[in-house]
Amino acid sequence: MSKIVLRAVNISKQYRLGQLGTGTISHDLNRWWHKARGKEDPYLRIGEANDRSAKGGSDYVWSLKDINFDVKEGDVLGIIGKNGAGKSTLLKILSQVTTATTGKVKIRGRIAALLEVGTGFHPELTGRENVFLNGAILGMTKAEIKSKFDEIVDFSGVEKYIDTPVKRYSSGMMVRLGFAVAAHLEPEILIVDEVLAVGDAEFQKKCMGKIKNVAGEGRTVLFVSHNMQAMSSICKTGILLKNGMIDEIGDINTCVKKYNGLFNDSVIGIASIKDRLNRTNSNGNILFSNIQALSDGRKTWDFRYDEEITFQIDCDIKNDSEDGLLFYMALSDPLTTDILTNIKVVVREKTVLAGEKISFTVSIPPKTMRVGQFLLYFTIGDAKGQQWYDVVDSNVNLPALTITSIDMDPHSNMGLFSIPYKLDVKA
Amino acid sequence: MLISCLPIPGKFPGFWFCSDKKTMAEKDFDNENEPWDLVLEPESKWYSLRLKQLFRFRDLLFLFVRRDFVAIYKQTILGPVWFFIQPVLTAAIFSLVFSIFGNISTEGMPPLLYYICNLTMWSYFSDTLTKTSDTFTANSSIFGKVYFPRMIVPLSTVVSNLIKFGIQFLLFLGVWIYYLSTKDILHPNAAIALVPFLVILMGFMGLGMGIIISSMTTKYRDLKFLITFGIQLLMYASPIVIPLSEIINHHAKYKYLMLANPLTGIIETFKYAFLGVGIFNWWYLAYSLGFTIVIFFIGLVVFNKVEKSFMDTV
Repeated sequence: MSKIVLRAVNISKQYRLGQLGTGTISHDLNRWWHKARGKEDPYLRIGEANDRSAKGGSDYVWSLKDINFDVKEGDVLGIIGKNGAGKSTLLKILSQVTTATTGKVKIRGRIAALLEVGTGFHPELTGRENVFLNGAILGMTKAEIKSKFDEIVDFSGVEKYIDTPVKRYSSGMMVRLGFAVAAHLEPEILIVDEVLAVGDAEFQKKCMGKIKNVAGEGRTVLFVSHNMQAMSSICKTGILLKNGMIDEIGDINTCVKKYNGLFNDSVIGIASIKDRLNRTNSNGNILFSNIQALSDGRKTWDFRYDEEITFQIDCDIKNDSEDGLLFYMALSDPLTTDILTNIKVVVREKTVLAGEKISFTVSIPPKTMRVGQFLLYFTIGDAKGQQWYDVVDSNVNLPALTITSIDMDPHSNMGLFSIPYKLDVKA
Repeated sequence: MLISCLPIPGKFPGFWFCSDKKTMAEKDFDNENEPWDLVLEPESKWYSLRLKQLFRFRDLLFLFVRRDFVAIYKQTILGPVWFFIQPVLTAAIFSLVFSIFGNISTEGMPPLLYYICNLTMWSYFSDTLTKTSDTFTANSSIFGKVYFPRMIVPLSTVVSNLIKFGIQFLLFLGVWIYYLSTKDILHPNAAIALVPFLVILMGFMGLGMGIIISSMTTKYRDLKFLITFGIQLLMYASPIVIPLSEIINHHAKYKYLMLANPLTGIIETFKYAFLGVGIFNWWYLAYSLGFTIVIFFIGLVVFNKVEKSFMDTV
């Protein structure tokens, strides 16, 4: 039996669009006049769901609408959603940076939020002085910081510079020191934003490790991130926000799966690959007219781990040329760099003729890509690879390639791709 | 699609935990009746000052004060000596401009002493007001990332300025003792016992006005312009350069302009206590006190209301 430590009741947050100016004061006065007569705020009734791409008719927008959830002691709750879904607003409300327009948040125990590292660092003060200042801002008492001071300095790894003003620090050192202070907070409920994990790879690992530890100690953690791998491995439960509303709540894997699906809502048609205007690195000799992923001939961008992934590519030739056609594609991780770069083939050695249509397919055998989400990059150029004609990259709204697994092997969620290997058993 | 995302009434609380029988049963043992430690609501009682929370963050207050002092004169050669240079130079210029060139009465006192006396009190007020009136806009980067009782910031400003006042007061005392021992024109009196009260009053008035302005500038920046030059103009409406006695005796039709200023009573009393000149009147003081109490409470109410959601408008 575990108790509920945080409860959000019907929280909604309204924002006014546009600029604050002289127009605002008339709304303020009107609002005040309604309130003075004991009437309801006239602007709370209006307002639209938060869909940033659709142009709305109202000046007000609901950044969050009717959010209800409970968090139990020891829960590690992941909050996910696309940009603008309301994650940050929710975090801000939970961490008391701002209040909801309506609704309540009830909390048991001490709560601390890490939305940024090194908040309140003063450049003129030394590292030591800033540790105390930052700790106090985060809610620690002087005595608490004193007792943990050595640990904090040790964790940060900037011992040598601790009596130097932080304006002389590199940005990495500043982040380390800031995170070290934050890591030694001991609230019952911790709210963490992923922006925390900045810095070099080693430090990122340290941060994620620390968050995992905190979660492991049975403390309650609310975690926001776009890194689905981190989410699945750290969190148990999740909330998926969409346009300011809860789209899915419960098991983290269900949420992550649904989140990945969200991106395919915005599948672009063949027309936009063909007619898009923002072509980069293109001299227009040969252009992509269609790119589609196929599974057994069926159009999809979602694949099972054990399915063959086929890409159907169509190109239009605009001008005659003797330079041939080279196709290159890459898969990359949403966060890091290219992870698969070996698909590079000469489709046509020499002559291409204007008006000609060239179509070809590229297939990746089953069980090559591990479970996850991959961004796609396609380009075509001349056979020698000296100039590129057309590029489809992250600037084009191409859906991400999503690989899921029904395999219960926990390792299928890890890693990026499989490689062939041999096993020799010598008995 | 949108409709289906709305919560289903009655299924709350925490419907995902109720997905199987075991957790349903657990729910019966839940701590429904245990009180919540903290409830965040859009509206709070205007009088809830949350002093307990303020007390928990007392270390932060002192660290802010320390930061103000340590940071301000870092990388300067003279350091804290600047605390003395400012009032001395200002008093010297005032002596030259107003007393010698302008022939404005210093009520028979040596001009340097007279102006240091007035300026010590005045700069305590004006520094407190200017700095606290900037609370929300100047600290929005911190306030936007972490919660602590916002009142800590203006309070720390008051404490910083109190210490600064203390230092400048010592300077004044030095000059005062010099004139006391060399000339027989000063008449210190029992009103000196009122000085701590005057200092507290001045601090609260600066704080009260500062937090009102700071709260109002989060949405409408107009007041920010007013404060920068308004405070300079206010000095001339206070008995810093032109003594109250001068106005009452020679320009009586303007006397209410200066008497309406709640600072007048405080500054005149301070001057009267140490120098023995000026006008001491309990009614003027009572007016200052009343004004301070009203303005401070209005300030608290407004600040309390604004601090919760100013991040959306700042």
